[in-house]
This record gives sequence, structure tokens and C-alpha cells, in this order.
Amino acid sequence: MPVRVETYDRIEDAARALSASRSARFLGGGTLVMRAVNEADQSFDTIIRVRDASLRDIRAEGDRVTIGAGATMSDVIANRELAFLAPVARAVGGPAVRNMATVGGNLFAASPYGDFTAALLALGATVNLAGAVSRGVAIEDFLRDRDRGANALVQSVTVQRPHDASAFRFLKVSRVKPKGVSVMSIAAYLPLSGGRVSGARVAYGAMGPTPVHAVAVERALDGQPLDAAAIERAAAVATEGLDPPTDALASSWYRRQVAGVHLKRLLTAERR
Amino acid sequence: MAKKPLHFRLNGAEKAVFVDEGQNLLDVLRRGVGDLTPKYGCGQGACGTCTVLVDGEPHLSCLTLAEAVEGRRITTTGGLAQGNQLHPLQTAFMENFAAQCGYCTPGMLMAAKALLDRNPSPTRQEVVEAISGNICRCTGYEPIINAILEAAKSRGARQYG
Repeated sequence: MPVRVETYDRIEDAARALSASRSARFLGGGTLVMRAVNEADQSFDTIIRVRDASLRDIRAEGDRVTIGAGATMSDVIANRELAFLAPVARAVGGPAVRNMATVGGNLFAASPYGDFTAALLALGATVNLAGAVSRGVAIEDFLRDRDRGANALVQSVTVQRPHDASAFRFLKVSRVKPKGVSVMSIAAYLPLSGGRVSGARVAYGAMGPTPVHAVAVERALDGQPLDAAAIERAAAVATEGLDPPTDALASSWYRRQVAGVHLKRLLTAERR
Repeated sequence: MAKKPLHFRLNGAEKAVFVDEGQNLLDVLRRGVGDLTPKYGCGQGACGTCTVLVDGEPHLSCLTLAEAVEGRRITTTGGLAQGNQLHPLQTAFMENFAAQCGYCTPGMLMAAKALLDRNPSPTRQEVVEAISGNICRCTGYEPIINAILEAAKSRGARQYG
């Protein structure tokens, strides 16, 4: 069944059309939706797109940065306010994919994709939905409801810029060098207060249907100095409570085996 | 299903075509306006052989909704040579045996052109990064990397196009 394309000039109109339809998908950069079209995905029959260039805006206000859902990975890399996220955006795809793939689209990427979203999860981002009343939801809530078919249009995401840039770390593990799909990605936000981790946020990509918190790791690190003993304890519970997927890249068993090793490498790496 | 009119510039020439809803740019280039240089590989964004430049930046044409390029500049491998004069990248690919089966070549050339347009004297690592979204199953990449580096070097002698 061929698809229909509806193009809107205003975000609100696109949001209304999207929420009114059960069989529509919103087109960002095309790396997810056009791939589905090429594969004759029958789960949708309408593509909704919007021409409003403001969807691509990146705005900094104080220590918060709001990234338009239509901003591409290349836009993130080029933006000085987002230097802390540039290594994450660089880990996504090759140059052509980075010119297309959007921040908003990454929120919908099925495992093993979605490395950028794992970073947003570690940073405690807010996902701003367009609609009659625009509203922000915690990224955890957004991801929990994502696959239930709630057709809301993501307008932007807001992240707090880390006060100490070295408190945020990101690692993507892939078998193909220099670029391959994730075996897993790990994002950690570990602010220190008086030499101890205060408010640890650690997230994995490709370790569940959506990016997930490593709750046991966060618990193991919180209130501890980031020393060898604490890192060892965190690595020991790297996959506690998680159910990593088996896919073409790695089995669930393999992901469990190596998660602690990669987590340890990320946490012991020299601070940038 | 209604056709939609689409205007864009292809390698400097104005094009006006009717496209199907949901049709991708690669299909329009190949079947709509007859430029057979970009290839269909995976349809998923993994292989890179459909890479074309949109306003000078590399994009995957098989994942680009055709009607979204209204008014934009598209460059393909078909636009590299000037008459009988091959582009320095094409010459360097020939001289370095950078094409075996040749299926990845149009994507490699466009990824390389995007790199050299922005960065005329790249390091080897920058070349590797620039073609990291393009898969080659024949050459092992070394001849391609060498060709791109050589094209960058030869650029001083000839005006790079």
C-alpha cells in the first residue's frame, strides 16, 4: 500500500494531524521512516511532515539548552552550547546519516539504535511535546510510553548543561571500526560533591527495547568517591535488573558478559 | 494517488518532474530524471552507495523523501566529470585501483568530494572518518583511502571542481 504525504507549515497543525491518526508517522530526517517505507512497512499509511524551520532551532537559556526535534546530529556537533553532546552525536552513523538523523527521531529509534537518547537519559532530559497545550515530560516517562502508540509530536528536548563538563561521560561499543552499530552505549552523569558522587545517572543504549537506566550501578556509585573500589562494585552489578536483547550484533549473554568491562573502562578513563 | 510536482537542480541543470507520494530521491534520480550513477544498495542507510550531495552536504538519497528537496541543489557522480575530463577523484580512483566491482564507488566519490570541498588537505584519519558510512566489500578500503589522499594532493596542480 503506497503512503500518503501530508505537509504542514505549522507545528501545531502537524501535531493535530498526527494525534488524530492511528496510522501516521512523523518524518524527521528520514533514517527511520523512509527506511520503513523502503521495506514496505504496513504499520502506517501516512507520512506527516512540517516545513517550519524553527523545529531545528537550538536555544541556550542559562544552564539549560533546548534542542529542536529537527536538529540533526551535525547541527549538534556544530553548536558550541552543546560541546558536551558532540562526542555522542559524532558516534551516530557516518557523515551522511549525521546530516539527516535528528535528535527527535533518535528518541524513537528501536534498539540497537538510539545512542543519543541514552545520553539524554543520563542527562535527565525533558521531552517537550507539541499540541493544543505543549507540555514537557521526563524522558523516562516518554520512553516508557513510546511504543504504546501515543502519537504525540516531539517539538524539542531540554537538557541541563553539566556544571562540570568532566562529570558527563559517553562510550559507544561497536565491533566495526571506526563506525558500527552499538553492541551497547553507556552514558554516565556523575557530578561530584565533596569528592563523592551525588545524583549518579547512568544509562545504556542497546541493552533493552529502549535506552534504560542502570539502576543498580547508580545505587552502587551514589555517595561514593569515584575510586577503584566503588567502580569495581558498580561493574559487578552492571546488568542487574536488565534484560539485554539478542540481535544480529550480540547475544543477550554476550552483552551481560561485557557490560561490566566497558562500564569500568568508561569510569576509569582519564577525565577529559 | 496524486503525483506531486518537484523542482530541483541536478548537477547544475534545472529539473522539473512529477513524483509519487513517498517516493525516495534515489528513485526519482534514477527513474524520474535518468541519472543512473547513484546506486540502490541496502535501502536502510547502512551501505552508503546512494550518497548524493544536497546543497553540498552528503545525504543518503534512498532515505530522502523526494518532495523534501524542492528547490535544492543535488550533486551526483554524474556531475563530476567535465565533458571528457574526469574529476581528479575519478582519476585517482582509477590509478589506485579503488574500484573493483564498482558498486560502492559512486557513494565513495560523493563522500570524498564532500570531504575535500570542506577540507582540501585531510589527514588519513579524516578520510577514514569521511567514508565511515560507506561500505566496500571488495577493496579492504586501503586503495580508496589512498586514492582520496592522492586526489587531495593533486588538487594543487589542477583547479578542484
